[in-house]
Amino acid sequence: MAKRNALFKFKENVIERLLQLCSLLSVFTTAAIVYILFSESWAFFQEVPLVEFLTGTDWTPLFMIKKYGILPLLSGTLLTTVIALAVAVPAGLISAVYLSEYASSRVRDSVKPCMEVLAAVPTVVYGYFALLFITPLLKKFIPDLSGFNALSAGLIMGVMIIPLVSSLSEDAMHAVPHGLREGSCALGANRLQTSFRIVFPAALSGISAAVILAVSRAIGETMIVAIAAGQQPNLTANPLEPVETITTYIVQVSLGDTPHGTLEYQTIFVCGLTLFVLTFLLNVASFRLRQRFQEIYE
Amino acid sequence: MSKGKQRQQWDNIFQFLGIGCVVFGLLILAVLVIDVCMDGLGRISRDFFFNYPSRKPEQAGILSAWVGTLWIMVTTGLIAVPLGIASGIYLEEYARKNRLSNFIEINIANLAGVPSVIYGILGLGLFVRAMHLDRSVLAGALTLALLILPVIILTTREALKAVPFSIREAAFALGATKWQTVSQQVLPAAFGNILTGIILAMSRAVGETAPLIMIGALTYIPFLPQSPVSVSADFPFVHFSIAGLFDYFTVLPIQIFNWVSRPQHGFAFAAAAGIVVLLAITLLMNSLAIYLRHKNQKRW
Repeated sequence: MAKRNALFKFKENVIERLLQLCSLLSVFTTAAIVYILFSESWAFFQEVPLVEFLTGTDWTPLFMIKKYGILPLLSGTLLTTVIALAVAVPAGLISAVYLSEYASSRVRDSVKPCMEVLAAVPTVVYGYFALLFITPLLKKFIPDLSGFNALSAGLIMGVMIIPLVSSLSEDAMHAVPHGLREGSCALGANRLQTSFRIVFPAALSGISAAVILAVSRAIGETMIVAIAAGQQPNLTANPLEPVETITTYIVQVSLGDTPHGTLEYQTIFVCGLTLFVLTFLLNVASFRLRQRFQEIYE
Repeated sequence: MSKGKQRQQWDNIFQFLGIGCVVFGLLILAVLVIDVCMDGLGRISRDFFFNYPSRKPEQAGILSAWVGTLWIMVTTGLIAVPLGIASGIYLEEYARKNRLSNFIEINIANLAGVPSVIYGILGLGLFVRAMHLDRSVLAGALTLALLILPVIILTTREALKAVPFSIREAAFALGATKWQTVSQQVLPAAFGNILTGIILAMSRAVGETAPLIMIGALTYIPFLPQSPVSVSADFPFVHFSIAGLFDYFTVLPIQIFNWVSRPQHGFAFAAAAGIVVLLAITLLMNSLAIYLRHKNQKRW
């Protein structure tokens, strides 16, 4: 009996260790990402000064005269992100208020999964749609529009992000205790006033978390901008022109035959590092904010 | 007009605005599906599924693409599902609340937000270069497995959390060990919800393009990975082989990307037809997941 018990204990221990090992894999993944990005970027910054990289206004690593200033790629990323947010934040927040405060639970339960399908469509499909449907459509109203442009890529990216904004903000509003709404109604406020003066402010940290996460998603989105926004670095704020984002550049280089170990090859990792740092900061901010609203209402 | 009436009117206006915003996204989706079908349905035929990509747009097919997608999906699933469920079980059932488990938790939440193209860079640096897997099916599947791992872990944890504690207590009271409790009681009870998460994660992997471009999945592949099962006249007649894991491959989204980027107009139709197939796969998987989630909504 004792022997059997010892065997059991041994088996249990082995299983626990194995499971722990699997969960440590995620730590290893992060470590590998950081190591790979930093080691190749280190080599890059031996050749190109950091100041030149951060403040240069020309990005031409694939041309004869090579210049490594990240600003054009950053401006392209920023431009498409702003356009996407201009669509996703209003539409997502209004949907969230409607679903949380106005819609019956039956409507909510059937609409939410449908909206999530929007986020499930492969991004290469959205890219096709932006390039071959939205751009020709917009061209009828804006004749100056280039074939590749930040506008249609950003708009479609915004549509893709709507469900992210709406479902996370709706969760935050749903977590606001019912007593607050009842108190507001008892004082004579109607649904609209209760929604925007009581529920919305009470859920603000969760809503900000959703918006920040949306920014991070828009910055990291690749295929829509690679297909529809163009592939020429362009320091501009004009949404009608082609721009290149950080993600597009990464894809562009890896499509060509760039020999391993060259400076051009290392630019992939430097751009990856920039992207990683940006999205990491945003994700951490969003995670913190979400934790805060959970603490208050749970 | 009295002030109360005016307020009521604003309330109604907002309600319409809300409905408008909800419908807006769905409307765009509907237009997208109709547009793609109008361009692509005409190209879908038996030949489209059984032709290799070609320089002539009207002969181009998706044979190597869908076979590649199938290879990648199966391999990715075989790697990511057991690992993801195991980590989920550890974090939810075993881990004590300490610094390490807290760190792992934050780490997974962060990984879920890392852009997919960064996973591609990881795959390029780790699997393609450091492990010398080249542009193989295995390198692609490992990359995608790491990409969907956080999703599977998070949904596994949610599913385990939903199983009431009384079930565990009952099992312990009957003298079951921790692992017996987890594997025979908790896991089966949570299985439906875990399956939903797995299907959603896999549907994401089907559509991922950027990470596979990064690891160098090619766009023109006029051959298939070596079949895992082959039949021959020699004993034992049916042979199994994993050599296909080390072959070059392409997948449906990359094939579509390649066709979209070509200037000849004919390829746009091929791309649309490819998109119809890809959309059918993802929408089917998502509907299945929604159905399963609905069916498994158990009230304990």
